[in-house]
Amino acid sequence: MDATASQLTQTHEHDEQFQTPPGDLAIWFFILAELLAFAVFFSAYAFARANDVALFNEMQQEVDRNLGALNTVFLITASWCVARAVHAVTRLGQNRIASHWLLGGIFCGAGFLVVKMFEYSAKFGAGISLSTNTFWMFYLSLTFFHFMHVILGMVILCVLWVQTRKGGYGPKNANGLESGAAYWHMVDLVWIVLFPLVYVMR
Amino acid sequence: MQYKSQAVAKPYFIAAIGLFVGQILFGLIMGLQYVVGDFLFPAIPFNIARMVHTNLLIVWLLFGFMGSSYYLVPEETETELWSPKLAIALFWIFLVAGALTIVGYLSLPYAKLAELTGNDLLETMGREFLEQPLITKVGIVVVALAFLFNITMTTLKGRKTSIVLVLLLGLWGLAVMFLFSFYNPHNLVLDKFYWWWVVHLWVEGVWELILGALLAFVLIKVTGVDREVIEKWLYVIITLTLITGIIGTGHHYFWIGAPEYWQWWGSIFSALEPIPFFAMTIFAFNMVNRRRRDHPNRAATLWALGTGVMSFLGAGVWGFLHTLAPVNYYTHGTQITAAHGHMSFYGAYAMVVLCVISYAMPVLRGRAANSNKAQVMEMWSFWLMTVSMVFITLFLTAAGVLQVWLQRYSDTPMPFMQAQDQISLFYWMREGAGVFFLIGLIIYIVSFFIKGETRAQAA
Repeated sequence: MDATASQLTQTHEHDEQFQTPPGDLAIWFFILAELLAFAVFFSAYAFARANDVALFNEMQQEVDRNLGALNTVFLITASWCVARAVHAVTRLGQNRIASHWLLGGIFCGAGFLVVKMFEYSAKFGAGISLSTNTFWMFYLSLTFFHFMHVILGMVILCVLWVQTRKGGYGPKNANGLESGAAYWHMVDLVWIVLFPLVYVMR
Repeated sequence: MQYKSQAVAKPYFIAAIGLFVGQILFGLIMGLQYVVGDFLFPAIPFNIARMVHTNLLIVWLLFGFMGSSYYLVPEETETELWSPKLAIALFWIFLVAGALTIVGYLSLPYAKLAELTGNDLLETMGREFLEQPLITKVGIVVVALAFLFNITMTTLKGRKTSIVLVLLLGLWGLAVMFLFSFYNPHNLVLDKFYWWWVVHLWVEGVWELILGALLAFVLIKVTGVDREVIEKWLYVIITLTLITGIIGTGHHYFWIGAPEYWQWWGSIFSALEPIPFFAMTIFAFNMVNRRRRDHPNRAATLWALGTGVMSFLGAGVWGFLHTLAPVNYYTHGTQITAAHGHMSFYGAYAMVVLCVISYAMPVLRGRAANSNKAQVMEMWSFWLMTVSMVFITLFLTAAGVLQVWLQRYSDTPMPFMQAQDQISLFYWMREGAGVFFLIGLIIYIVSFFIKGETRAQAA
């Protein structure tokens, strides 16, 4: 390879680092499909609410906003931890540090699940079910669908944690880590829309 | 052919095509009965023709899936089939049992058939698509399990690729979900609820995994694209399929007495079912564009692209048309359902089986690809059948829209039979398109007998 060609390749690589999203194209396709699923769910919620605003406003009084806010903090913190983990690998090349950050992320995710289960047990204890009314149908469906995504996200974080413990990534080899991190941020992002929509906005 | 035992696929493919012809003939009979009500009455009443039409479809697709698996699994696992003899024995058992069942449908009153085949021991008959006598159902289970045993044992002793694992998951799912056909509670709501576990979770669940695996296999072969790339997309597609498809079952629970939340769950998740099909379309075209070799079998590539497009249109777009509960409230069980059923079965499952046959048959007959002349003929049949199917779907859609308008949506709804009279023109046009489909199918069969020079290289 002559000098110009090698220079061209380098420039190309340099460009690629900034132009293409981090992680694998397949995970982005998957993330977009997931976001679309939630978008459809949110639209259905908006549509149903518009048909019966009074019911939704009344029922929302019974939703525990404080626990919702606490969970928001958990998820944002988890996302921050995961972002630090990616930084530790791609900028510093430190798998060890990344694994600590990932562990922090996993703990925050677990915190979210525990809080959510307290919320669910309170609601089920009050006799609320999918058939109670449209609001509770959406509350339970949306949060549970998201709940399952948190679990999947945590499984992914655990895999990443194991990989970083083995020193599996490097600045040039962070595709898997970045893909998993992107998925986790999606889970977080969905909650940031879901929380105000279902818990706060009246 | 890399492995001798792959040859057992051949009789399966031939039987599949033979039964396909039967399916189309009964489709034409029934299509005519829509407009000439007493055609062939009392020899073949409409309900019998319909049952034979749909049952033959299922059986020929099962033959196609089994044949495809027998061809694919040895090549993917890089080992001979665990037992080719078992595969051949099962072929004859399944063919004879299937033929006897069809003869039973045609020669006996259905109630008599039920009585003779022990339906009073365990009542499973009389439900749409699951009309088979008890002994046939048991036979299907036995054949399916022995088949699964054979290919699972083959996989266990060989290389385990993602394609084979996805295929096995789909085939095991197919067998397991079929077990719900033996569960027939007296409560009609419960009956319908679990009936869909067979019907929906087959065609919008596990069969899609089979479709994905077969398509991925052919794409690897004809494009030479890296297995890693193809398998990654396969995983994305099957994950999307399972998420949307399983919860999407809810779109059948709108009006059968299931809880109301299914109207939301069913609408939302089934509205997303086109996504995996769309991914499959992109996947097929993307892989063909990135091909690393020009495989001499251009017909197989055409089928692969065709199934990508037609499954998206038939299952994805036409499914979406009437999947939202407020729409389905009016369209449920009209000709719109028939339009969707025709294009989705053809686009997704018939075409993928024909795709595998198109790729594998020349190899089974000792050449990489058929002669140019034979391929051109096969491609003509592709276009004739596919375009005919597009027209069948469009005419049925028009019939369905008119039917909904006259019979359901109107302020002064028309009785069913009166509405049927109003849409008979579309039924005639559908029948015409059906005749062209049959011509396409005949040309397809003729293409197997076209000689001409073949390219020497073996696959």
